[in-house]
Amino acid sequence: MATLAGAPGALTIERPDGQPVHVGPVDAFALETRAKRLASRSVKRESKRAGLLLATTCIDLTTLEGGDTPGKVRALCARATRPDPDDLTVPPVAAVCVYPALVAVAREALQGTSVRVASVAGSFPAGQASIDERLHEIRAAVADGADEIDIVLNRNALLAGRLEVVRDEVAASKEACGHAHLKTILETGELGSYEMIRRASFIAMAAGSDMIKTSTGKLPSAATPPVALCMAEAIRDFEQQTGEAVGLKLAGGIRRSKQALGYLAIIAETLGTRWLTPERFRLGASSLLNDIVLQLRFQTTGRYGRPGDLPVD
Amino acid sequence: MTTARSQTGTGENLAETFSEYVPSVEARDIVSIKPRYGLLIGGEEREPLQGGAFATIEPSSGDHLAEISEGTQADVDEAVAAARGAFEAGWRDLAPRVRAKYIFRLARLIQDRARELAVLESIDGGKPIRESRDIDIPLSAAHFFYHAGWADKLEYAVPGMRTAPLGVMGQIIPWNFPVLMAAWKMAPALACGNTVVLKPAETTSLTALLLGEIVQEADLPPGVVNIVTGAGETGAALAAHPGVDKVAFTGSTAVGKKIARQVAGTGRRLTLELGGKGAHVVFDDAALDQAIEGIVDAIFFNQGHVCCAGSRLLVQEGIADHLLGRLKQRMELLRVGDPLDKNTDVGAINSHAQLQRITEFVEGAESEGCAIHQSGAPLPERGFWFRPTLVTGLGGSERIAREEVFGPVLTVQTFRTEAEAVAKANATRYGLSAGVWTEKGSRILWMTQRLKAGVVWANTFNQFDAASPFGGVRESGFGREGGRQGLEEYLQLEPAAK
Repeated sequence: MATLAGAPGALTIERPDGQPVHVGPVDAFALETRAKRLASRSVKRESKRAGLLLATTCIDLTTLEGGDTPGKVRALCARATRPDPDDLTVPPVAAVCVYPALVAVAREALQGTSVRVASVAGSFPAGQASIDERLHEIRAAVADGADEIDIVLNRNALLAGRLEVVRDEVAASKEACGHAHLKTILETGELGSYEMIRRASFIAMAAGSDMIKTSTGKLPSAATPPVALCMAEAIRDFEQQTGEAVGLKLAGGIRRSKQALGYLAIIAETLGTRWLTPERFRLGASSLLNDIVLQLRFQTTGRYGRPGDLPVD
Repeated sequence: MTTARSQTGTGENLAETFSEYVPSVEARDIVSIKPRYGLLIGGEEREPLQGGAFATIEPSSGDHLAEISEGTQADVDEAVAAARGAFEAGWRDLAPRVRAKYIFRLARLIQDRARELAVLESIDGGKPIRESRDIDIPLSAAHFFYHAGWADKLEYAVPGMRTAPLGVMGQIIPWNFPVLMAAWKMAPALACGNTVVLKPAETTSLTALLLGEIVQEADLPPGVVNIVTGAGETGAALAAHPGVDKVAFTGSTAVGKKIARQVAGTGRRLTLELGGKGAHVVFDDAALDQAIEGIVDAIFFNQGHVCCAGSRLLVQEGIADHLLGRLKQRMELLRVGDPLDKNTDVGAINSHAQLQRITEFVEGAESEGCAIHQSGAPLPERGFWFRPTLVTGLGGSERIAREEVFGPVLTVQTFRTEAEAVAKANATRYGLSAGVWTEKGSRILWMTQRLKAGVVWANTFNQFDAASPFGGVRESGFGREGGRQGLEEYLQLEPAAK
């Protein structure tokens, strides 16, 4: 399906229904310049408050540790539904993101709330398992009550040039998700170039992902402003060709409010404000939420609170 | 379902409130503007001998900022005499490492007072604070640092030649990059052991005068740097002064030609950095989003008041409609307004006269049958503003396609082949800058060999570095500024004794 012809930008990918999508090139220098400029937009007062509230509603509050237990996940869920125990106007986050083994716990803890349950699946984070095992894990997580599934793209196949395998696996994962939403993690830190990130974005979108996501959070190099811009441009170009709006999830290393506001600016000025909803935009993070709460409190009281005063999980 | 919908509704409102970016204005209390400024001659601030003054105004409001002294022939005489005195009294014979020390000190002081310089530059000139803060002032400091490094290494700058300073430099700079152009002129002149008489542009004297204050703070010997403010006549008096050993001028081609005639036959040295009508060539394989960023940076940077602006877009026919559609969308994101707002992308037009000139150009293009597209940006009520503008439907012979507008106005033409792109790009009397966007390396090389311009950028535009020589060919002038080549313009060269 994937044909490499002429210039690197001339890659065309066939969707499962046979419709071709044209990838097109990306150039590092101007991309990085633009991303840096957007990420340093000066967001103050009402705009900052709106941005912080918006970012909160788009957070996938995440714990993906070997030491995760039901107790920890319940505490996380409590924080997800009520980010600031002293200020109930701070809205709940979009979702809680856990390992498949803890989906049932999260499902129960979040019953009756607007917070969705997301699960990584498909041999997270490396994805180095057979496709059958990976699909089985997806189905199990959905059966346990996951609303959203975060899979990892097969970088083994992608970097070896077996693009068809990558596409078909994502399509199969989408099918295994059933009613659940599929987010596909590109693990951009392993892809080596913006061209490859753009290519992976298109493959994941062409195969039917509801969202594309930067990183697992398990690598030192994760979401960065140019990576976010590169993927946002791919999403916009894909929509222009197919009419389908794919979401974007940024994850890994997003700990500060200021970073989150920078990413909102990148989305707003690349995809437009219609992308700034939890349906189309997510921030995968854990420590970010408390920083936002502190910033919101500062906006209200004019004083910086102590991080230690906020609940942890 | 109802809940979900109402949540989305709130989300949209938040998104709108967020993306409006309420004003985030850089405080202006860091600068103190005096009611009246004198001239800097012989290390002292002096009133002009004949006492004239003119007003400098803030282009974003039209408000009066200060009275600037109008230097006349008599003041120029004094300034040149002071510069000559300082040159002969020791600057030329100073140990090079001591000269370097002074220039390093200037560079550091510019960094120390960077915010003050940036805010004043935006107030007096109208450019966005983002640009003065991130580009003009850091680059100015970089020019002093770079040339400070050369001061004691000049014997290596031009192999096989013995170098000596020229003497008194008469330097006339424009209003588009007041501090940066002063830095481009002063730093190499001083590093090479020359002394300086600087004439800033009449609409933007304030930062040059602040630079003069920094020169005094750096304790440079009196008379090494002199600043004579004034308008065209002051500049003409400096350019024609027999005591000036070299004239360095940046400005319009019309004035440059006049100066060239004045200097011709006098044996005095001359470098001219004049106008431009830079071609920006985009091939159909280019990375489109990045090409659009390049186009935007090339023409809307500093309101298009850039001599090397990419003001003529040449786009390969097959992608023209697509690219222009994207460009128009991108232009809607440009925030035009208060230069001190950190989110402003396009600031105020530098002067009422320049606004009139730009307006005449665009009206003329319309009457010549061109299609005009402007961004919908709301403009402030007071001050001088012009919306980012695209001009299409050109034949190539229109005035706007040939002459320098010096404003945020981009003309668009299409081409079919590389050869046609080169022919159209070179069909101008100017030759300062050009740009090429393509994913194909060999095509970049083919194009850069044929484009007639002093600077050709590939897959980027408007990048500057102190180590990289800048200058034009044809009616864009001659001589280079920056880099090793730039040093040669400020040195007397003789074959080294064997």
